[in-house]
Amino acid sequence: MTLVEKILAAHAGRDSVSPGELINVKVDLILANDITAPIAIREFQRIGVEKVFDPRKIVMVPDHFVPNKDIASAEQAKMMREFALEQGLIYFEVGQMGIEHVLLPEQGLVLPGEVIIGADSHTCTYGALSAFATGMGSTDIASAMACGEIWMKVPPTIKFIYHGKLKRWVSGKDLILYTIGDIGVDGALYSAMEFHGEAIEQLSVDGRFTMANMAIEAGAKAGIFRLDGKSRTYLQSRTNRRYTAYEPDVDASYAKVIEYDVSDLEPQVAFPPLPSNTKPVSQVNVNTAEKGVEIDQVVIGSCTNGRLSDLRVAAEVLRNRRVHPRVRCIIIPGTQQVYLQALRDGLIERFIEAGAIVSTPTCGPCLGGHMGVLAAGERCLSTTNRNFVGRMGSPQSEVYLANPAVAAASAIIGRIASPEELGD
Amino acid sequence: MKLKGRVHKYGADVNTDVIIPARYLNTSDIGELAKHCMEDIDTEFTSRVQPGDIIVATTNFGCGSSREHAPLAIKAAGISCVIAKSFARIFYRNAVNIALPVLECEAAVDATEEGDILEVELESGEIRNYTSVNAMSESRIFYALPYPEFMLELMAAPGLIEYTRKRLAASASAAKDVGIAKKETE
Repeated sequence: MTLVEKILAAHAGRDSVSPGELINVKVDLILANDITAPIAIREFQRIGVEKVFDPRKIVMVPDHFVPNKDIASAEQAKMMREFALEQGLIYFEVGQMGIEHVLLPEQGLVLPGEVIIGADSHTCTYGALSAFATGMGSTDIASAMACGEIWMKVPPTIKFIYHGKLKRWVSGKDLILYTIGDIGVDGALYSAMEFHGEAIEQLSVDGRFTMANMAIEAGAKAGIFRLDGKSRTYLQSRTNRRYTAYEPDVDASYAKVIEYDVSDLEPQVAFPPLPSNTKPVSQVNVNTAEKGVEIDQVVIGSCTNGRLSDLRVAAEVLRNRRVHPRVRCIIIPGTQQVYLQALRDGLIERFIEAGAIVSTPTCGPCLGGHMGVLAAGERCLSTTNRNFVGRMGSPQSEVYLANPAVAAASAIIGRIASPEELGD
Repeated sequence: MKLKGRVHKYGADVNTDVIIPARYLNTSDIGELAKHCMEDIDTEFTSRVQPGDIIVATTNFGCGSSREHAPLAIKAAGISCVIAKSFARIFYRNAVNIALPVLECEAAVDATEEGDILEVELESGEIRNYTSVNAMSESRIFYALPYPEFMLELMAAPGLIEYTRKRLAASASAAKDVGIAKKETE
């Protein structure tokens, strides 16, 4: 069995499962946010049970439109808060909260071998710690809150192997953008992506979160990594709860095996309107007007790239340099802990000196919510995960996706640029 | 169950951000959501749509965010059914869970144009295109993969909440029966 099949079999009380089977799966953790929780709560109340199945297995995080951007979103956040407190759920108020998929692993709430479902498509992020984690809708979450289990179709697994050593400025973001560029936004539809290879072993846990996070952008149900020394170390400092680490069988059956040699891979940029429209950064300004792809805004943050190592890379590029006067550079630490550490390490000071703004943790601009919404005709280079039409504001605006180093370099130069262009 | 309506046809990768833009997600009122359905790719949709109409699209319909607001907006706008070559999985689940019928059928999508009239029978997966002069000919009938039995039950409940409610009620009454039996043996 593959890694995902082993986890699902264990949670369905079965010796084995195979792709395509419909099974009932026990869940270890359930997540909802200020946008998806209100519908889940309404539906939960329709079921007619008083209490959730286990309040310590349900987490609610206000992160999308908070601190409340308007009265309507304040009402949604309030509804979630009241339900969470009344039911005794795990809840993080503004001041403790962060972007859910940065926050939960950081708080030690995610363990290897677990089944985690969340009413947010980027729940797949937790595959970085070898959990089976997948996004679902509010109604699924409502039903799971009542009975602690969920129906699921066992997905086929595609194995990805990345050979070689990554060049400077090349990160997990580039591996996953390159992969989506190759297989397409439905290249892993209904499937699980299992990541292997030398380049993966070298990757930091933060880089793996970025990759697992964007598995959904290839249509996948989950993206998953084997547990290794790096991920064990990450877990050690965050939790002392026991867990089971699963290994895929040597003779596991994969729907496909895809191998890449990434030794010469460049940072990737995804052009609008799909994460699969990727180009190596050196090719971005080819065939455009003389000035290249000029930008109005840069966003560095989100559940994809809002972790400490992402901010460090951005700070390294921005050191002793200034953001282009025409560009608004918005930097959003993923959690309060990331924010505090960045502050202690002097990164925040460096960002402000460079002319960037630093925001409290929020999903905000990634989905065109607040804190950086785009006007018609505006163009943003962002370290987030989606560049669909209207994603960050006006349907006439554009979003390009890249890693934090490219984002910082572009903020300085005023057009999409590689950090190599800045020299040392 | 038979559904009949006029087709609104779209291409590939219609994502949940265009089905219902996030700027409207500060509410979950389905009437409000329906007013902005498909707004970012089809500004005329809400003025054109009639109760019972059918959305037809090519591949990966509903990709992107897990927002259930997307199928809810489509359903509240009056759409009776979505037919596509393939669906993004979260959208598919969400639709089934809220009892919005979704069918996968490549041939029917290829043979359908904007404005055509389709009739769909959910149990058999039969899709008939009534627009052509040859509406009654076999060449205008297509078959989607029928739902597995479990999903038909879900849809008939209707939806996951009703299904869960009935299941929990059944197991509660079973537990109660066991409780009584225990008492008697004591």
